[in-house]
Amino acid sequence: MTRFILQRLGETLVVLLVMSFVIYGLIGLMPGDPIDLMLTADPKLTAADVARLKALQGLDQPLIHRYLAWLAAAIQGDFGYSRLQSLPVWQVLTPRLWNTVLLMGISLVIALAIAIPAGVHAAARPGSLADNIINLSAFAGMSVPLFWLAILLIMLFSVHLRILPASGTATVGVHSLADRALYLIMPVLSLTLVTVGSQLRYVRSAMTEVLRQDFIRTAAAKGVSRRRLLYGHALRNAMIPFVTVLALDFGTLFSGALIVEQIFAYLGMGKTIFDAIMGNDFNLAMVGLLLSTAVVLLSNLVADLAYAWLDPRITYR
Amino acid sequence: MRTLLRVLIGLATVLLWAGTPAVARDQLIIGATQFPSTLHPSIDSMLAKSYVLGLTQRPFTTYDQNWELVCLLCTELPTIENGKAKIEDLPPGFKRDPGTTFCKSADPVLAAKGMAVTYTIQPNATWGDGTPVTTDDVMFTYEVGKNEKSGFSNSELYRRIVKIDVLDKKTFTIHGDRVDFGYNGINDFQLIPAHLERAAFADPAEYHNRTLYNTDPTNPGLWFGPYRIASIEPGTQIVLEANPTWWGEKPQIKRIVVKTVENTSALEANLLSGAIDYIAGENGLSIDEAIAFEQRHRDAYDVLYKPVLFFEHLTPNHDDPALGDKRVRQALLYALDREALSQQLFGGRQPVADTTVSPLDWIHTDDVRKYGHDPAQAAALLDAAGWKLGSDGLRHDTAGKPLTFELMTTAGDRTRELVEQVLQSQWKAIGVDVRIKNEPARVLFGETISKRKFTGLTLFAWLSSPENVPHTTLHSTMVPTEANGWAGQNYADYRNPELDDLMDCIEIELDRGKREQLWHRLQAIYAEDLPDLPLYFRAQAFIMPKWLKGVRPTGHQYLSTLWAEQWRIEE
Repeated sequence: MTRFILQRLGETLVVLLVMSFVIYGLIGLMPGDPIDLMLTADPKLTAADVARLKALQGLDQPLIHRYLAWLAAAIQGDFGYSRLQSLPVWQVLTPRLWNTVLLMGISLVIALAIAIPAGVHAAARPGSLADNIINLSAFAGMSVPLFWLAILLIMLFSVHLRILPASGTATVGVHSLADRALYLIMPVLSLTLVTVGSQLRYVRSAMTEVLRQDFIRTAAAKGVSRRRLLYGHALRNAMIPFVTVLALDFGTLFSGALIVEQIFAYLGMGKTIFDAIMGNDFNLAMVGLLLSTAVVLLSNLVADLAYAWLDPRITYR
Repeated sequence: MRTLLRVLIGLATVLLWAGTPAVARDQLIIGATQFPSTLHPSIDSMLAKSYVLGLTQRPFTTYDQNWELVCLLCTELPTIENGKAKIEDLPPGFKRDPGTTFCKSADPVLAAKGMAVTYTIQPNATWGDGTPVTTDDVMFTYEVGKNEKSGFSNSELYRRIVKIDVLDKKTFTIHGDRVDFGYNGINDFQLIPAHLERAAFADPAEYHNRTLYNTDPTNPGLWFGPYRIASIEPGTQIVLEANPTWWGEKPQIKRIVVKTVENTSALEANLLSGAIDYIAGENGLSIDEAIAFEQRHRDAYDVLYKPVLFFEHLTPNHDDPALGDKRVRQALLYALDREALSQQLFGGRQPVADTTVSPLDWIHTDDVRKYGHDPAQAAALLDAAGWKLGSDGLRHDTAGKPLTFELMTTAGDRTRELVEQVLQSQWKAIGVDVRIKNEPARVLFGETISKRKFTGLTLFAWLSSPENVPHTTLHSTMVPTEANGWAGQNYADYRNPELDDLMDCIEIELDRGKREQLWHRLQAIYAEDLPDLPLYFRAQAFIMPKWLKGVRPTGHQYLSTLWAEQWRIEE
């Protein structure tokens, strides 16, 4: 198992290296560098200014030289400065990564806490009223546009009821956990509502499949209680395909977080990466994208490890 | 179940208690859609930054709400009349930037002259840490500004300074390299504190990273305006508190928070929820959003509209044979009903433009060719230019080539995309085929426009200051090319020797009356020649709570926050 984990971590590093080249190349090939953009904003810039500013930011060098210089510095732990924030990249990203992990983590836990029991319940009683209501709710959640839902929540809880702050991450000058929690409620609720639907559908579908298996019929014939049958026998087997989908879904959750972060002015990774790409902030975009790549790769590794835990027949060598 | 109910009620109580907004009327929370990339006054130019810096420091001079040049950090505006500005000889062997042109009809002696202008710093001006603002700061700012490695984006100002003489701790003379009607305006000479920033400037190439404006922006010694920065949450908000060392009128509002919410629907919701008090016009809702908001909430908020020096226009590529023909450009403008467009889309708040000069500017004249909606005149001009209407409803030249253009603007800009559709349909009515091809802002401005890769017309805006000579956008030496590093903003490739010389002559004409005549001539040529197709001057909407008074929008690039000490709360 240890060997497997080390091998996967090694593969992750190789993927990150390749990705760093691809991302750097793609951002570099996008038209318009920061100084080109500055040219249109500042009518007094001259040709000499342009050359001076490009040289200062290293933009006069070929792309491959710039990439190698970036890589050499990155290997030594120097990820450079963010052009948009004028701060070292890590100083910008660390709090935002934490914010996104918090947002995505809480949303995921709540979504799973709803999706798993509801999916199991629906699969256990196919065609029942409960199944229909659960299915309808799932489809409603999947079809609601996230940005619209987010605005609707703000209108309800902040404008009409005035019980929740409309946006931000904390009240000015207040540094308490309760205050942070208040600001998290609506972003978490939005993200949960739009992700829980698809997760619920996956659980229901996997459970329906497993409940048709012979071993379930055998267990039922042996007198295993319904609760134990569903949660002890069937769910464990149904979780294997669900974990795969969940790991693959992590990227989607990340893009959902981007919209939520944008509307609730919640400072997270999604919004930071988006702004960095649009604002031609090489260093910030690079590290941000590599971090999110690493998160997706690691979540897949965790999913692989979860298979072995869920199904003792699976072993890694 | 009872336990669950208890928990829910308890949670609701906590939320109600914690979510109730505190009534604190010594604080103003301003909503904005952009967050500044840096707070250094001279690195990067950005509206969001200027807005915050208006609260924290003061330029020596600026244009006020009446579009008059005034002193803010200086005691008296230097003029030739009061003896604080003089024409003088340039040092022997002095050379200006290569490519500088000079008014042909002016006295050639003037070409070898410069100007000496003397300023005195406000006697009580003090940095937030108690250190007086002195000529040491002036000399340090000049030293950093003229250093090519410092990362200052606007080095033209510093290049134009031949030298600075220090007369005493508060008085200095700037020797400029030319005679120029704007000789006493040093609006962009933004002081930085020598006593704090000198260490960061030890390695000039690293200055833009090491400056305290980025590494320690809450250091009180960086600021000398009515407010200083108390805390920053990057990307989210900047908290400013009244500066105890401010020498001017004491601000009534003790704390100002500038909060960034990029999504304008969310920004509106924040306003309605009380999370923000005021949406700044300079960095807030678009005019159509503001009009819609006003219709729904006029009882709760005051909405103030101010036309600004945002000149929304179409830049044609004159390299295209059709668009290079003045008659075609005139026809295209006659075909548009700009009054109706402004009325229908913007409630008539955005005045139709005849030239680049705003009707609010003292140099404006109405005595220019006007282009009212006149499709018949448009058709006649196109006929005369050899573009005849064919059976397919389109105009063709004698070789059968149809009159067709690409129309570009920033993708995702809802207002501009709407305007494009109106233009397209009105041009179609006179037989001109227009294909819309939009691009994201970074591609459009960073590549397509700046490197002149557009083939037809582009729709965008210029922001300028009062009496701004359109030298960079209309002078024939300002056409971006690979050879000049794509510098200059004459994207249309418009070349008119008379207009070139007129702009050179305006720049050196110190007599206001004579200059006014030159400006009138420039506007007449512009309206006749139409280097660009003017659409309208954009307006900004300031959405304020009823209790906020004293905010006076300027309508130009020097923003309302420069007078924030006059803002007051009247319940």
